Amino acid sequence: MSANLASTRPKTAAAQHPGENAAALRPHAEQAFADELAALAAQDDRPRPARWRLSPWAVATYLLGGTLPDGTVISPKYVGPRRIVEVAVTTLATDRALLLLGVPGTAKTWVSEHLAAAVSGDSTLLVQGTAGTPEEAIRYGWDYARLLAHGPSRDALVPSPVMRAMAEGMTARVEELTRIPADVQDSLITILSEKTLPVPELGEEVQAVRGFNLIATANDRDRGVNELSSALRRRFNTVVLPLPESAEAEVDIVTRRVEQLGRSLDLPAVPDGMAEIRRVVTVFRELRDGLTDDGRTKVKSPSGTLSTAEAISVVTNGLALAAHFGDGVLRPADVAAGILGAVVRDPAADRVVWQEYLETVVREREGWTDFYRACREVSA
Amino acid sequence: MTGTAGTGSRRTGPLLLGVRHHGPGSARAVRAALDAARPAAVLIEGPPEADALVPLAADPALRPPVALLAHAVDEPGRSAFWPFAGFSPEWVALRWALDHGVPVRFIDLPAAHTLAWETETGLPSAEPAEPAEPAEPAEPAEPGEPEEGEAAPAADERARLDPLGALAEAAGYDDPERWWEDVVEHRGPGERDPFAPFEALAEAMGALRERYGTGGHPRDLVREAQMRLRLRAARKEFGDAVAVVCGAWHVPALREKATVTADRALLKGLPKVKADLTWVPWTHRRLARSSGYGAGIDSPGWYGHLFHVPDRPVERWLTKVAGLLREEDRIVSSAHVIEAVRLAQTLAAMRGRPLPGLGETTDAVRAVMCDGSDVPLALVYDRLVVGDVLGEVPDSAPAVPLQRDLARQQRALRLKPEAPERELELDLRRDTDAGRSRLLHRLRLLGIGWGEPGASRGSTGTFRETWRLRWEPELSVRVAEAGVWGTTVAAAARARAESDAANAAALAEVTALAERCLLAGLPDALPVVMRALADRAALDTDVGHLAQALPALVRTLRYGDVRGTDTRALAGVAAGLAERVFVGLPPACAALDTDAAERMRGHVDAVHAAVGLLGEALAGAAAGAAEAGGVGVGGGPDDAAGPGRAATAAAGAGPGGAGGPGSPGGAAEKEGGGATSGAPDDPGMAAPSIDGADQDTAAVPVLGAGQGAGVPSVFGADQDTAVPSVLGAGEGAAAAPGPGVGAGAGSVGGPGGLRRRWRGVLRALALRDTVAGVIRGRAVRLLLDEGELAAGEAARLMGLVLSPGTPPGDAAAWIEGFVGGGGGLLLVHDERLLGLVDAWLTGVPAEAFTDVLPLLRRTFAAYDPGVRRTLGELVRRGPGKWTGSAAPGLTAPGFAAEPDAERADAVLPVLRLLLGPDGRQTTTHEKSLTGVGT
Repeated sequence: MSANLASTRPKTAAAQHPGENAAALRPHAEQAFADELAALAAQDDRPRPARWRLSPWAVATYLLGGTLPDGTVISPKYVGPRRIVEVAVTTLATDRALLLLGVPGTAKTWVSEHLAAAVSGDSTLLVQGTAGTPEEAIRYGWDYARLLAHGPSRDALVPSPVMRAMAEGMTARVEELTRIPADVQDSLITILSEKTLPVPELGEEVQAVRGFNLIATANDRDRGVNELSSALRRRFNTVVLPLPESAEAEVDIVTRRVEQLGRSLDLPAVPDGMAEIRRVVTVFRELRDGLTDDGRTKVKSPSGTLSTAEAISVVTNGLALAAHFGDGVLRPADVAAGILGAVVRDPAADRVVWQEYLETVVREREGWTDFYRACREVSA
Repeated sequence: MTGTAGTGSRRTGPLLLGVRHHGPGSARAVRAALDAARPAAVLIEGPPEADALVPLAADPALRPPVALLAHAVDEPGRSAFWPFAGFSPEWVALRWALDHGVPVRFIDLPAAHTLAWETETGLPSAEPAEPAEPAEPAEPAEPGEPEEGEAAPAADERARLDPLGALAEAAGYDDPERWWEDVVEHRGPGERDPFAPFEALAEAMGALRERYGTGGHPRDLVREAQMRLRLRAARKEFGDAVAVVCGAWHVPALREKATVTADRALLKGLPKVKADLTWVPWTHRRLARSSGYGAGIDSPGWYGHLFHVPDRPVERWLTKVAGLLREEDRIVSSAHVIEAVRLAQTLAAMRGRPLPGLGETTDAVRAVMCDGSDVPLALVYDRLVVGDVLGEVPDSAPAVPLQRDLARQQRALRLKPEAPERELELDLRRDTDAGRSRLLHRLRLLGIGWGEPGASRGSTGTFRETWRLRWEPELSVRVAEAGVWGTTVAAAARARAESDAANAAALAEVTALAERCLLAGLPDALPVVMRALADRAALDTDVGHLAQALPALVRTLRYGDVRGTDTRALAGVAAGLAERVFVGLPPACAALDTDAAERMRGHVDAVHAAVGLLGEALAGAAAGAAEAGGVGVGGGPDDAAGPGRAATAAAGAGPGGAGGPGSPGGAAEKEGGGATSGAPDDPGMAAPSIDGADQDTAAVPVLGAGQGAGVPSVFGADQDTAVPSVLGAGEGAAAAPGPGVGAGAGSVGGPGGLRRRWRGVLRALALRDTVAGVIRGRAVRLLLDEGELAAGEAARLMGLVLSPGTPPGDAAAWIEGFVGGGGGLLLVHDERLLGLVDAWLTGVPAEAFTDVLPLLRRTFAAYDPGVRRTLGELVRRGPGKWTGSAAPGLTAPGFAAEPDAERADAVLPVLRLLLGPDGRQTTTHEKSLTGVGT
């Protein structure tokens, strides 16, 4: 059964011809970091769970970075609390499914990809969750031409990535789990608790072999999502990926991403946006945390998520404004409208929150007069 | 059996059990070692005066956590604590000795010395004991306990050598607590040799002490000399079979061979006070580091669990957590517990720890039971990791210092506790009475209801208070209970107030608390209370709450004034609160039903009055700084009580100020007007400001700092700018150069800005159609009273509302808001308004008339009979004669048509006499009369 399934599985280009895929726009984690994975595997002398490419310790090292005994430097893939990675890896090692929660821009997908690459050596068994994700994407579908021609048979069955992972003892990934309709989500329950996937049409089932596990990611502050049923939820260990801990770290992330985006959008280079970027990040952080940076004053939090990703988009937008309509320098007025749009999601409640913040925090802050004025102008 | 039996490796002599204070592993090991060695006496690190209190520990009514409290007899505020939890090794040793009928001796330095040491040396937080500073006994520091330095709360303390830290670092741990847990706590007592852990630890400590000496605790030498002396005495009495339980750090010193003379010499001439000791109840929260008392552990609940469970600590702990979460209605099944145990154990293995510790179990609870969220986890931390355990002390324990302090104050103030109820009139201008009032207020804060404030009879002056006193027997119990808060009434009340502020649920509670703090003369508690207030205000989304809190706060400000308290922090918070009200009020006034609108009108009135008072309160403090700002910053006098005309000075001195030496940049940037001296290259220009009105106030902290005035909100005085035209003026100031405009903006200053923005809010309310009629009417009326609206403008607005397009119900509500609440005189004097009302009323269709009648009737019924009669007469006379504004015979009975200027002037000298000679105050009071009294 499993052999049969495996043979139907389309191999990734990299798996068949490593190196041939170098021109890909974005190589998979196991391709991009093949050297590090190989070095880790070579020197890993700790016990490995069944079908794991690396031991849990080596997986943690792969994500957090470090130097191996032979001097190979492993670059950090995730910069954040060590605890998070340890709990995530341990969860997978204890054969529990892992749910990574977090607002956009907290590297959920990135962590899940690298975990799968390190554990199973393959991060491509992926189900992308959308409002239209059908049950076939999680269980299996049919090749209708064959089905009609030859009737239900193993050959006519199109396995989902999850099914393949089960059969081969690999790590499957489900992105944006909460976007998937609730009834489709629930088809995961049997898979996670019974570790089996019945195929009633054939009177068979696919039993997961050891090594199978599942990593799901979800956005916990998004609206219009399908909350997980408690039955499904308790099949997961949940790890919340935090927002960047310090303002400095967040400014770095924003700056780096803004540069990348600016290049790909061919925006003219804007010389010195650092001050405004810092300001945007500060505003976002303060409103998000409900506390000013000096820890002295509490403020209300608006209903929006104010994620790092939104900060990046505000700054990019501001840069475009400055480049095309302004004098090329990122000024408070360029970001003010973007910030207003990000903060005020609910026209009544959020507007009060924003104005209160403006009046009680921004107005009194030294050096923020221009920004205050710009914000007053756009919110009037 | 002697201590030497059964252990070949151990050297002969007393059994030295070095422990980590409050370490459950140490406690188990101590118990095992004592069981094995069966010493003839147990010596414990602690003040020897406590020897007499040992029998009390056998009382079943004494339940840990408890603390030994030492305090100076003459000065209850000077005190020190030695806390014991059920899992403290010292407590275990004490109980073991009591259970086995073995004598106990405390062998540390007497509390008499440790308490006295502070006064002599003036070294506040040096070892061994850290009695509270005499003036501030509210936070009695932790004496004697955290001497390893690993846990002392003070920063300088932590900076000293941390012996455990050194050991942990050597072992590759970044957290000494975890190292200790792994190496000692989680290794139960050695199965074969109960003494082995102590041997190993003593060796390690010996190595450390060789290397680091006293490790920055010079006083340890003296304490250890005392311990050696006491140990010698005990050996003389009981032979070698004594056991010593002390901090591991001291073990090498006790092994040291020092001569009696050398030890005596060290102890010679120590300062001494008369000290008293007693047991007091303690709590787990205080054991926790975060509570400020800091016994050195942040997870007493977890430690207690480790100590008390018979086996499988992790499984039992996670089951306990699941139980707690279930009680709070989280769905946690046994399957969750199983998964959490698996995760915790695997995590421990992955982190290379012998057993899951608190960190692993917490991670497991978060990932499995709490969906990754920290919110339920906080509950687990609060209820279980720290825990709500409260110790108990039998009644037979000696009196707590708080009782003594109370008795002393009762004597000093000649206020006897008596059972029969009696009334007490206090005149706060007299020192004794003020003291009595403070004492009673403080006791009330502590929940000791000896006196209840009653309504003052006869006089309404703020300097009088009436109390009903009755001392009931259970109040003594309350006093004993309140002993946990501190050792003096003042300190305890302050600690209690701060705790209450932190725990208060509603905003109004905190404002009330602030008021009580002022009444009780506890200005030190104010910063904490204000902080809590500001936080609550920031998060409260109900404008009604804010609007209720503001008047109370402003009242508090006034009280503070009367009592000479420093209320600047209060003023800052009040101003912030006002800002929040301004922002939130207009949206909150939309779409209200009748009752809600009526309530909101009350809020609007209250805020209006409060803003007026607040303006005054701030102006008093600000005048001086405003003056300084205007006159040129360099040498401006820092005159907080400066004359009110200062504002004018500031205004007039616009250009002069500009020429002055550079004022601090922030001030120039924000002050927006008279004080724009900061930009030397731009003299005479008003600072860039989009909205002058807002800029004025903004300035404030900056200017204050620049002046060294220390006033948190330095507002220009406002009295002279009674009518700073309308809002537009402020905007006009934006970029316009020249002294004229700059002066306009500058002189309005803070309270002016505050009031001006309030007027802006009122204006917005008045013009917004979605706002309920009664509020709109009220807003127009308040604006009119403020002189913000020309009479014609008011008539126009009224005409709009009373025009046929408005539903009659709305219009009647508007009228109720506009002239309701006894505001009828306005109609008497402004006949155009009366005419409008009259014309509207006659135009109301018959079917609607019955609807509006009750409301109108209520509005007009509230007027004085005289006003009603006059109105009636005016209406009867008919509309035809209303063209003249002051025709003879139209005035109220008893008044001439024209004011008699000569007679009016005659009153002025008396008024001046009453209100004070200086112009500022005169204007102030005039303002308050017109602004508030309506």
